[in-house]
Amino acid sequence: MSIWIHEESKVLIQGITGKQGTFHGTKMDEYNTNVVGGVTPGKGGQFVDLPSKKVPVFNTVAEGLEDTKADVSLIYVPARFAAAAIVEAADAFHEKGGGLIVCITEGIPILDMVKAVARVNQYPEVRLIGPNCPGIITPGDIGGSKAGIMPGFIHAKGRIGIVSKSGTLTYEAVAQTMSVGEGQSTCVGIGGDPVNGTGFIDCLDAFEKDDQTVAVVMIGEIGGSAEEEAAEWASKNMTKPIVGFVAGSTAPPGKRMGHAGAIISGGKGTAAEKFKAFEAAGIYVARDPSEIGNVLVKALEDSGLR
Amino acid sequence: MNIHEYQGKILFKEAGVKVQNGIHCKTVNDALNAYDLLGSKVVAVKSQIHAGGRGKGTLYDIETNDLIMEGGVKIAFSREDVGKYAENIIGRKLVTKQTGVSGKIVNNLYVEAGCSIAHEYYLALLVDREKKSILIMASTEGGMDIEEVAEKTPEAIHKIWTHPVDGLNEKDALEMADNLNLEGNSKQDLVSMLDSLSKMFVEKDCSMIEINPLVRSDSGEMIALDAKVSFDDNASFRHPWREEMRDQSEEEEVETRAHDHGLSYVKLDGNIGCLVNGAGLAMASMDVIKLYGGEPANFLDIGGGATRESITTAFGIILEDDNVEGILVNIFGGIIQCDMVARSVIEASNELGLKVPLVVRFSGTNHVEGKEVLDSCDLDVHTASTLAEGAEKIVNLTRSVE
Repeated sequence: MSIWIHEESKVLIQGITGKQGTFHGTKMDEYNTNVVGGVTPGKGGQFVDLPSKKVPVFNTVAEGLEDTKADVSLIYVPARFAAAAIVEAADAFHEKGGGLIVCITEGIPILDMVKAVARVNQYPEVRLIGPNCPGIITPGDIGGSKAGIMPGFIHAKGRIGIVSKSGTLTYEAVAQTMSVGEGQSTCVGIGGDPVNGTGFIDCLDAFEKDDQTVAVVMIGEIGGSAEEEAAEWASKNMTKPIVGFVAGSTAPPGKRMGHAGAIISGGKGTAAEKFKAFEAAGIYVARDPSEIGNVLVKALEDSGLR
Repeated sequence: MNIHEYQGKILFKEAGVKVQNGIHCKTVNDALNAYDLLGSKVVAVKSQIHAGGRGKGTLYDIETNDLIMEGGVKIAFSREDVGKYAENIIGRKLVTKQTGVSGKIVNNLYVEAGCSIAHEYYLALLVDREKKSILIMASTEGGMDIEEVAEKTPEAIHKIWTHPVDGLNEKDALEMADNLNLEGNSKQDLVSMLDSLSKMFVEKDCSMIEINPLVRSDSGEMIALDAKVSFDDNASFRHPWREEMRDQSEEEEVETRAHDHGLSYVKLDGNIGCLVNGAGLAMASMDVIKLYGGEPANFLDIGGGATRESITTAFGIILEDDNVEGILVNIFGGIIQCDMVARSVIEASNELGLKVPLVVRFSGTNHVEGKEVLDSCDLDVHTASTLAEGAEKIVNLTRSVE
């Protein structure tokens, strides 16, 4: 039945009265996502017009949760306030027994994230996705549920789970599954920052346990060692096939490639090492993102799923 | 953002980390005056550039490329030495392991009082992405390249962690001192230094502090003989003082200009320019060009908020590079609409007088409309429906140029 976000999920938007918040709130509503309200300090009591309905604005996340019973909070707050927004949402969800926080914001100071993630990790029932990510989407029969900025129309309900550090490259992976007639269970963008919430292993674990998902596409990029650790974990714990790609084979060392976390430093975090780890773990490797579809077909056939 | 050693040492001093007295100089005269002021018979004359490996670097004349001197950091035993070394360093090109062959011109010098060294250590603080905390890493093998130490004798590197919420645990700091075989006042010095550096790392929003070497003097004091400090750019808004430490001559002008237009650009050595939306897709586009036998000329992410104006700037930046013999535009429209990109690309190509082959691949939001715009224009544009097809086309088109 997909992971972490479902067609019934109620989504609150922190920063809903801002330009980004209103724009994407509108797109989410058009996709049939159940947007139940928003939070902007000082604007409590106002309403925001979405295509299908008017939703209330609250001063705090706690008030918003009390009133709407939301189970997802999506953050479009500017970088300098975003970590505080994550902490506020984490505390509020903790009071209510749990929830999902999705932070889209790019450019949050890294030590702010170190502190915010420490707080979120105190609450096992609260999950953070991001920051600096496209969000999470579960396609449904008509539209679906999306907490993020991805274009809804490229997706379709199906049985492939997708997890990725990148935004547009995730869309590429989605298009690849569609090109071979496969839809998606859930697509998660974990983001390109060096310190984030949910990682590859959390996603693989959830996809392994999800009965709608039969195979996973995992998209990594240079920097850090999350891909290697995920591959190692998968070799011991995953029964479902994984198709993997890593971006940045041609990236020079010591240069940040757009994402704050995409940097080869001290000779570590290269794409070559990550591809090697994938192969060692029995992951089906695509060297070219345009090949993900074909490699996925092979993985499904090998597992008797096609 | 990186700063010079002399600036890092000002921050160290403020934080309570022991450093030698030193003076920042811009001219040979400054250096001679610094020598007189410091009152130390032996001084170090140190090139200031934003790259490591200065000691083992080589200085060249910027016009003739003649070799001037081996070593960008020199120990001077007299006033004459200071004059000679300063003369050899200021205004020269310093090439080190980290600068690449083009090197960096040295505009700043640091003259520092000498120090009697009993032993050299390595010390660094950085953000540990996997543990989501601050890692403090030290080794008794100071002065050496830490990557080499990590490769050959990983057991010689000792690690402790400090979290910005809880601060440094004294027990961990004492354990680190024991691992480095420090005793008495040296041990106390190190513990207090680790505490000071941990606080400075958080207060100044650093992304890295590296001290190589950290030394134990003959009298047992622990002194930072080097200071390599980098800041997290995302936190610059709360540190306006950083502007005064910025040395723009150390930054790539074109990368800064791109950044000011909301673009993320890194120059590479190949001949195929790329214009892509999204960092991951931009890297993947480079990789696929290479897979089809080409060489990417750049990484360029136009971002989700790209406009006609920023796309024109991006085109201009790509075409400034004389190595560029063809351009691949790869857009997967999400927020960004392919037809807007198509119109911007045509406009920019006309404005800049595009003379190299252009391949455009559109997918996602309004890709059909985007392709229609391209098909109906006078420009010689090749289109592709997948990344692989686009890469193959541009590689073949640039080959036929040769």
